[in-house]
Amino acid sequence: MKRAPQSSSPSSSPSNPRLALFVLFAGCSSGGPQSILDPAGPQAQQIEDLWWLFFTICTLVYVIVIAFLAVPIWRRHQGHSDSADRPLQITVGVATAATILILFVLAGASYSTGRALSELPTGDALIIRVTGRQWWWEITYPSATPSDTFTTANELHIPVGRAVVLELDSADVIHSFWAPNLTGKRDLIPGRPTSLAFRSDRPGTFRAQCAELCGVQHALMAMPVIADPPEAFEAWLSHQRSSAAQPQTDEQRRGQQIFLSRQCASCHRIQGTSAGATNGPDLTHIASRGTLAAGTLPNTREHLADWIRDPQQIKPGNKMPPVPLATEELDALLAYLLTLR
Amino acid sequence: MTPPSCSARSPSALSGRVDGRRGWIAKVRSESAPYSSSVAVLLLALLALGCEREQRRFQEGPLPNLAGAPLENPYEHNAWALSEGQRLFRWYNCSGCHANGGGGMGPALTDDKWVYGSEPAQIFATIIEGRPNGMPSFRDKITDQEVWQLVTFVRSLSGMVRQDVASSRQDHMQVKPSALSLDQPQPKAVPPPLP
Repeated sequence: MKRAPQSSSPSSSPSNPRLALFVLFAGCSSGGPQSILDPAGPQAQQIEDLWWLFFTICTLVYVIVIAFLAVPIWRRHQGHSDSADRPLQITVGVATAATILILFVLAGASYSTGRALSELPTGDALIIRVTGRQWWWEITYPSATPSDTFTTANELHIPVGRAVVLELDSADVIHSFWAPNLTGKRDLIPGRPTSLAFRSDRPGTFRAQCAELCGVQHALMAMPVIADPPEAFEAWLSHQRSSAAQPQTDEQRRGQQIFLSRQCASCHRIQGTSAGATNGPDLTHIASRGTLAAGTLPNTREHLADWIRDPQQIKPGNKMPPVPLATEELDALLAYLLTLR
Repeated sequence: MTPPSCSARSPSALSGRVDGRRGWIAKVRSESAPYSSSVAVLLLALLALGCEREQRRFQEGPLPNLAGAPLENPYEHNAWALSEGQRLFRWYNCSGCHANGGGGMGPALTDDKWVYGSEPAQIFATIIEGRPNGMPSFRDKITDQEVWQLVTFVRSLSGMVRQDVASSRQDHMQVKPSALSLDQPQPKAVPPPLP
């Protein structure tokens, strides 16, 4: 498979061993937008504690086992006589008992963490519907007022300090939502709605990734999860509820006309226009989002142009076909799309 | 433990047997060397037959324009393109009129009656141009590549593509040419009455 030239992954070609080693240990640095070692809420904190418990015990066991192997080698090397009649039975018995005890401790810790994860009070929780699609996320913020319900894509915004319940579903195959800084994984299964409750206690931009192999572009099915302070979140919410901006200049009007009369409107929706298809991501506020194509590219004019010109070059196999547009048409379309803030 | 039959065998008998086999192999080798090599080539060729692998072409060059005749379906007998066509049939709401192929407001697509022709190029033209009495034109609404994928799927609804290519599973009403219809004589397609 051809990799996208625009892909910003630094680990795409670990050509020298130093770089490979660096990539290996990159996972060890605590922190970053996609790490269980940098928890942003109580759920992730529980999981991190469990991870450290497992890590500590397993490291200790490993060191002890290696020591038991190393000591006889060392003794032999020093010229000690082979002592086969040592009471090995006691050592083996103690090791077996310790192994069983450790397994019970780990099982108990795992069980109590699982219980603790489900203890988050969700009385005043914000409910968000997340639907997995090959290979992007459809996100709906339902509201008691039907006209306030809106749909967006590939960028999840949550308020800080308030529980969030994701109602998860899939439109095609099984996906899995995993934002390690916030909570554990939960599968999105077609025809079987699941839910996931968590809370973020600090603002930040995290990264969610599909964690269940779902087809050729599973790896490029990610999205930013943005935890905003409550006021900022409310502002974002009310802005997203509004219809799309109207085109102001002639070029933007031409762009809108191209969007509505060509292939774009067969799959995409722009609230406030006649484009209402729901096969692809909702583009009402596309320019306000940070990434394109489900966390694949930073959202800039150049990347948007590359994406529209040939999506199959960047994300081979995705469901958006290359649309034949003249340069002048593409420029007008971009001018219009960039106004959709 | 050696079985008794083996231990009973004398060394000389064993060696004689091995010699005999060697002699036989040598004889076959010397007598039919050209024959066996041609067999080997044949077997290799047979192996190569298994190498045909269906292509999933995510990127297409410009497909032939409608103006340039004759049109050929680039996806005839391509199972992946056919399944994409099945998805697009739902995406673009073909079922709104054709009801998963069974027909409703629009004509059924599972029978052998074709008002505007069953050839790939004819179905392509039907989708691109639209037809009187309701079939809208999809020109510029969907890409040519997608139209060809739809053409492939539509032809599979009435069993016009190979069995191993046709979709084995559909999410909706199962639409397949039934075994019954193959046995029984079909009523002849009635030409549409002249206006």
